[in-house]
Amino acid sequence: MAKKKLTSYERVRLARSKDRPSVMDYIHELFDDFVELKGDRLFRDDKSIVGGIAMFHGIPVTVIGHRKGKTTEENITYNFGMTSPEGYRKASRLMRQAEKFSRPVITLIDTPGAYPGIDAESNGQSNAIAESIALMSSLKVPTIAIITGEGSSGGALALATADRVWMLENAVYSILSPEGFATILWKDAKRAPQASDVMKITSEELKEMGLIDEVIPENKKMFETMDRMLLRELKELGKIKSGSLVTMRYKKYRMIDGGAH
Amino acid sequence: MDISAIFTQRKQRWDFLKKIRQGSVTENIRCKKCGSVLPDTEFECHHWICPECGAYLMVAPKDRIHMLADEGSFVEMDKNMKTKDPLQFPKYLSKVKENQKKTGNADAVITGVCEIDGQKAAIGVLDADFLMGSMGTVVGEKIARLAEHARRKSIPLIIYSASGGARMQEGLFSLMQMAKTSAAIQKFKAQGGLFISVMTNPTTGGVSASFASLGDINIAEPGALICFAGPRVIEQTIGQKLPEGFQRAEFLEEHGMIDLILERKDQKTVISKILKMHEA
Repeated sequence: MAKKKLTSYERVRLARSKDRPSVMDYIHELFDDFVELKGDRLFRDDKSIVGGIAMFHGIPVTVIGHRKGKTTEENITYNFGMTSPEGYRKASRLMRQAEKFSRPVITLIDTPGAYPGIDAESNGQSNAIAESIALMSSLKVPTIAIITGEGSSGGALALATADRVWMLENAVYSILSPEGFATILWKDAKRAPQASDVMKITSEELKEMGLIDEVIPENKKMFETMDRMLLRELKELGKIKSGSLVTMRYKKYRMIDGGAH
Repeated sequence: MDISAIFTQRKQRWDFLKKIRQGSVTENIRCKKCGSVLPDTEFECHHWICPECGAYLMVAPKDRIHMLADEGSFVEMDKNMKTKDPLQFPKYLSKVKENQKKTGNADAVITGVCEIDGQKAAIGVLDADFLMGSMGTVVGEKIARLAEHARRKSIPLIIYSASGGARMQEGLFSLMQMAKTSAAIQKFKAQGGLFISVMTNPTTGGVSASFASLGDINIAEPGALICFAGPRVIEQTIGQKLPEGFQRAEFLEEHGMIDLILERKDQKTVISKILKMHEA
């Protein structure tokens, strides 16, 4: 039976749903022997990001993802998946560690955006995001980013500047939330559904425009599909010399010009 | 004050200045802060700072370059690059046209090469008057090309930022420009290039969270608003007023995010000194 086509904003709602798997669900389904590694070694451990090492079909990998809660209490602990500079710096530390030990990096992205707070700004939110993007762009190990829910703003990109960028079917990836977008352009957050349409943020639209590489269907076999795709892609990327990998990644982003050249 | 108010204020100042420039006659300018009325030439020779009260007026990219580069040394690159409206966003192209007419520039950045006290450098200047200096595909592409040019020629790179962040109307293409510019700057720096980032009022959002924060040396203008999330967004999130001076250049300096604050009159001298200390 053909599925009813969802509107963009229905997708946004779905992407934010508490019923979706959390980052720990993905980690447990896809990897073995996960060991969480905490802290940015500068200030604190930002719990909106979980990171660590794990095994994937016998290959050691570094896994980093945004963490959202399912209950109010969890959400407060994880700050609703809104990351502070310390979180991006923890991610950067784990990525450098992955590079040192030649481990591929897999990121799982689900964030309403970087945290807009006094402490976050005081501690260099812009700087932390910029450094994370720059680091990912030059990392000498394979990187795969999977947007599992909301991929919002620089807060998502900080973990998504990867060799391969995939999205779950009902995930959204955008420059900011449709509510924020509607507020900025039309001074009316209620026009978010209209904003979602013109922003072109669904997995199909972004695949069509060449801004992401693959869409992962959300069905009973989703985890199997993800497992198969990861295995295939890690094997492919593993064959490429680190220098060529960086060059390839550079070109991937370098060529996104929307026709302006 | 929120970001859009800053831009509205700047627009008023700019419209006034533009009228005078186009007419190429000396006219009187009233400082919006202290109300002093002085000839525009007086403002120009004071680096567009009110000689009476020290208020910083907006500086158009051409004037910025004039303030920094040796006379006649600037050669512009990619002057006519225009957006192709990748999302086919409603009314976007007509907005772009309006801004082109207003500023005389094709998009929100001017890039090129120049000499500063005889030292070659690649220079980019964002235009806060063009759709809030926002970064879409043109700004991203021109900044990336500039960084690549600087890398190939082994010359230092200087970028003056003034931006409200990412270009909303180009959606995820704009977000990708953060990746593209950061990657280009990173590659340039990794090969020994010197990148001096100068953040002017305002440097925010997708620009401050990408290339503008990646300077080997980060410089700011006094009082400039430099942030990821704008003050209004933060006030809405936390439900309280922000302290005076929050997210201003001096605040960032205190929190270790920038190397130094430079007044306009000192910028050429200090940047020139820094360039000299990085000669190959």
